[in-house]
Amino acid sequence: MNQAELVLFLEASVRLGVPLALAALGETISERCGVINIGLEGSIIAGALGGALGALAFENAVLGVGVGAVAGLLCALVFAVVAVGLGADQIITGTAVTLGGLGMTGAIYRARFGATGTELSLPTLAGVRIPGLAEIPLVGTALFDQAATAYLAYLLAPALWFFLFRTPYGLELRAVGESPDAAEAAGVRVVRVRFLATLFGGLLAGVAGAHLALAHTGTFAENMSAGRGFIAIAVVVLGRWNPALVLAAALFFGAASAFQFFLQALGFEVAYQIFLALPYLLTLAALAGWVGRARAPAALALPWESKR
Amino acid sequence: MAEAPAQAVGRMRLVESLVLGAAALALTAGVGAVLLLLGGYDPMAAAAAMVRGAFGSWTAFTSITLVRSVPLILTGLAVAFAFRAGVWNIGAEGQLYAGALAAVWVGLQAATLPPLLLLPLVLSASLVAGGLWALVPTLMRLRLGVGEVITTILMNFVGIYLAAYMVHGPLQERRGVFPQTDALPEAGRLPALLPGTALHWGFALSLLLAGALAVALRYSRFGFQLRAVGASPEAASVAGRIDVGRILFVAFLGSGAIAGMAGGVQVSGVTFALYEDLSPGWGYTAIAVALLAGLNPAGVVVTGVLFGALQAGAGAMQRDAGIPASWVGVVEALVILAVLCLDRVRRRVGKEAS
Repeated sequence: MNQAELVLFLEASVRLGVPLALAALGETISERCGVINIGLEGSIIAGALGGALGALAFENAVLGVGVGAVAGLLCALVFAVVAVGLGADQIITGTAVTLGGLGMTGAIYRARFGATGTELSLPTLAGVRIPGLAEIPLVGTALFDQAATAYLAYLLAPALWFFLFRTPYGLELRAVGESPDAAEAAGVRVVRVRFLATLFGGLLAGVAGAHLALAHTGTFAENMSAGRGFIAIAVVVLGRWNPALVLAAALFFGAASAFQFFLQALGFEVAYQIFLALPYLLTLAALAGWVGRARAPAALALPWESKR
Repeated sequence: MAEAPAQAVGRMRLVESLVLGAAALALTAGVGAVLLLLGGYDPMAAAAAMVRGAFGSWTAFTSITLVRSVPLILTGLAVAFAFRAGVWNIGAEGQLYAGALAAVWVGLQAATLPPLLLLPLVLSASLVAGGLWALVPTLMRLRLGVGEVITTILMNFVGIYLAAYMVHGPLQERRGVFPQTDALPEAGRLPALLPGTALHWGFALSLLLAGALAVALRYSRFGFQLRAVGASPEAASVAGRIDVGRILFVAFLGSGAIAGMAGGVQVSGVTFALYEDLSPGWGYTAIAVALLAGLNPAGVVVTGVLFGALQAGAGAMQRDAGIPASWVGVVEALVILAVLCLDRVRRRVGKEAS
């Protein structure tokens, strides 16, 4: 591997890691207050289609990301109403939102662009080069010559860490995730916190989806989220519910996904399906290994009803 | 990850679950019609095309609707069985692929055996492989305390890609043209159930299995223990002196085996070969099938046929009314959400009444 190839590999790692990072950072916030949103996949695919349609309508990729964020939020709203508002089981509600999101985006896409699925060509998110930082050897362009959504992920990780561990709101949010009853007794509005955190997660997953459509390929395809919502949830566990570690874990997974392209580019004759399976196998191994019994928020996935 | 919450849907009497199911379907139809209207479609035309496609003729009903219901019933039973024990097996999809892969592999390896031996061997292989596919998440939950929701979903992707690799690589047909395996020999195929239709013995097998599970859950000692663990693992362990780990182990692997058999039955009854995209997401639809049935094995037969009709009708809907078949995913989501919402409302009303 020469240096040019290594740089390309690192660039691809970051580009593939960013959507995972965005979705996983949002999920970190919702899981910290006790909500596991398996519907993240639905928010991501909605964000991808919303991003594509928005970019087409406004002929502007940045506005497309805005539309994608709203689409992701709407998906999360359905989840929040049923799982948080009504207190239904989170896992099953999330599965339904994912099924519905994949079905709905497929239906809208086909209605708009025909059953054959015309190849879309969208305005793409331009790379933003950070002067100075991008000159760092090896990792400079990989980290600092990326779409604007990448910088959003870099900034959010420390910001969310500060929010969670250094502000009173973060403390309240974590209290809701550890012991909602005690939090309520202390005057925290549990349902509102969970609602807002879930919507925030959906918003970021929508941005992640828009990034897939607008920064990777400049096109939309049915099921293009390809399970990233589920990997993002695993990334949260790997990152031990800590935004800074979550960002690192997401970039690690980006590298695992980039590896297959990389080997192909080098002309290795390996079955690509094996490498498609690699991120999932790595996640399993990581969950079995270093995460071990890392402690999840105590009230995670437990429906909660006010005792008042 | 947190312990699985005890119950997906509150336990209820048969009448209640029938009323809930009917109300959920009505709600789904209502919301679905509004969504179709918003999309600029005619809901009545959609419904008419769907009913015609699913029930329009004896051939449509037996060869399309009932044939499509078989994998849905089997995966639905797998999900219901696991959920009753409080095991969140979202991995029926991967287990199905593992089962299909093993069935085809064994069928081709032992192609010269007589039907009386080969067919049971093919189906057993799918059972074993499905169970083995569930083994990793099972051990991770029981030994390492890693929640099975994520691990079963991850195993789905591994299973799908493994099958894709096999049909492109080691198990590709000898002609080497299409990414699929060679066809199973005649002796490894399920015979027709109704002459002149595509309906195969897998349908009868799924009915038998549903009956057996219903009886086992209701009347056997194991069924009682499984339900107790599902209701409350702590109470089952402390008050019932039940070995919770053992019950969870059996329920998880059993669920995987049933889902694996869905794959084996599909390849030996319908496709005779394995190819990519064998399943259009049956393992996930199974969750809707199981929930709408109130996690009741006999009910799964009814809801499985219903969803089979939905999938059979979707093709006709796309052809005759120009409505994309992807709407089926939306309908499945609506069914699940409707069941969850109505169940919550039912419990709240019940609480206020008492």
